Amino acid sequence: MKDIRTQFTALSDTTNLVYLDSAATALVPEIVLDAMSLYYKKYPANVHRGLYDMSIEATQQYEGARKSVAQFIGASPDEVVFTSGTTQGINMLAVALKKQLTSDDVIVLTRYEHHANLIPWQQLASEVGCELRFIDLILTGDEKYTVDMESARTCIDAQVKVVAYSAASHVLGTIAPIQEIQHLAKAVGAITVIDAAQAIAHMPLNVKEIDCDFLVFSGHKLYGPTGVGVLYGKKEHLEKLAPVSFGGGMVETVSYTSATWAKGPAKFEPGTPSIAAVIGLGAAVKFITSVGWKSICAHEKDIIQYAQDVLGNDTHIEVLGPTHDTDRIAVFSFCVSGIHAHDVAEICNRSHVAVRAGHHCAIPLLKYIGKESVVRASCGIYTSREDIERLATALTEAKRIFSVT
Amino acid sequence: MDDILYKEYILELYRDPLHKKNITHPTMHGKAVNQSCGDDITVMLLVDDTDRITDAGHQGVGCAISQAAVSLLIDWCIGKTIRELNELTQEHVVDMLGIHISYARKNCATLGYVALTQAIQLYERKNI
Repeated sequence: MKDIRTQFTALSDTTNLVYLDSAATALVPEIVLDAMSLYYKKYPANVHRGLYDMSIEATQQYEGARKSVAQFIGASPDEVVFTSGTTQGINMLAVALKKQLTSDDVIVLTRYEHHANLIPWQQLASEVGCELRFIDLILTGDEKYTVDMESARTCIDAQVKVVAYSAASHVLGTIAPIQEIQHLAKAVGAITVIDAAQAIAHMPLNVKEIDCDFLVFSGHKLYGPTGVGVLYGKKEHLEKLAPVSFGGGMVETVSYTSATWAKGPAKFEPGTPSIAAVIGLGAAVKFITSVGWKSICAHEKDIIQYAQDVLGNDTHIEVLGPTHDTDRIAVFSFCVSGIHAHDVAEICNRSHVAVRAGHHCAIPLLKYIGKESVVRASCGIYTSREDIERLATALTEAKRIFSVT
Repeated sequence: MDDILYKEYILELYRDPLHKKNITHPTMHGKAVNQSCGDDITVMLLVDDTDRITDAGHQGVGCAISQAAVSLLIDWCIGKTIRELNELTQEHVVDMLGIHISYARKNCATLGYVALTQAIQLYERKNI
């Protein structure tokens, strides 16, 4: 994985950067930048309905990206809707599913959801008047910060219509027991929505094997550009769901008084899409595939073990996440005793160690685990052991300044 | 050597903030939340008949910068009139800290100030 770093300009020797904020947004490799740049330089036309070469090329590249993404998650291309990101994808679903819910129904989430997979469902629940339930986490012992399956079994009963959960927590790093949750949800006939914003860059996710109804993610956490994301939906669902926004490109027929919708993903993609970003995302998933999940996962495991050794050996650092490497991704939130997260992050930045500090768009989770704000170091395929060492050095400096001994 | 940001008096105010106490039946009180970290500060002030602040306190959690800033701010407030409080700007608060505050930390430095402005607004609305 050493050669990987050379493909990311932001990591060039001159920057001296230790980038540990991939959970917020991952760095973008040259090959993705080139694909996007090529669009603007060589065939910067709008997609669909253009009968000239440049537009045909743009359309082929755009639809080619859809095929690449579909292949990447084991879907069929007509099940892949391009969005502006995870947030838009979940909002679209929360609006589109409203017609299927009544006040007798229940929506189930977990305690660790990002605001993006919480607030849209809160809004939906309050509009419909239905109940929201939360699957607890285990908060003590060896299994601390993993999903409490007993709670999941209690939450998911016959009243439940939607189970929406993150495949991996962006704060705790916890990997959800996907198959078990799917099994419980399917048994009661609930629709499952997987927020894969974090997980997508850390583990292979095959929608057919998982058998989820919907899965959403963003391009920019997957070494792609910002402003593009994916809403996967089983074909039967996408056919049934009504569009939630309207305009050009999503219609079959239009009169002055009514319209009918286009077939397939187009129904959910009104207006000119973010063409370059979609093409960039297509290049990003090809990039991941070329690196290969086997080496990505092996590297991830090594970084997790190393980081847990380094951070776990410091009595002043409390890592907020599962201890077993099989239960987590390489996203580490932690507290340094006696030092506020913002002060830790500020001091890290002095040695070009980029970490994030705050509530990480998970205010209810932080309250739930009894924390105010936390530091998060999140890793990508370019993260090296040296990066973790430099983080540790920066933390030592923070402790020195704050006289934490 | 003193750190450029975390000077000894800043760290001292973080470890042992000034006027970190509750005021029973405050004449004015206001709260502010730092949206990026969720930290919050509540300020409470006692005002006499001549509109002068006779006592003040603050509560809440925050980083070294926000705790030092609110300490100095509340300390400054005591003995001042509401009019003087109204004339205070964010820049004054940053000046009180005596350190360079980066763009990213401005919200930390001014969290107490935002709570104070909230307190003044609520008080003045009540007294119209």
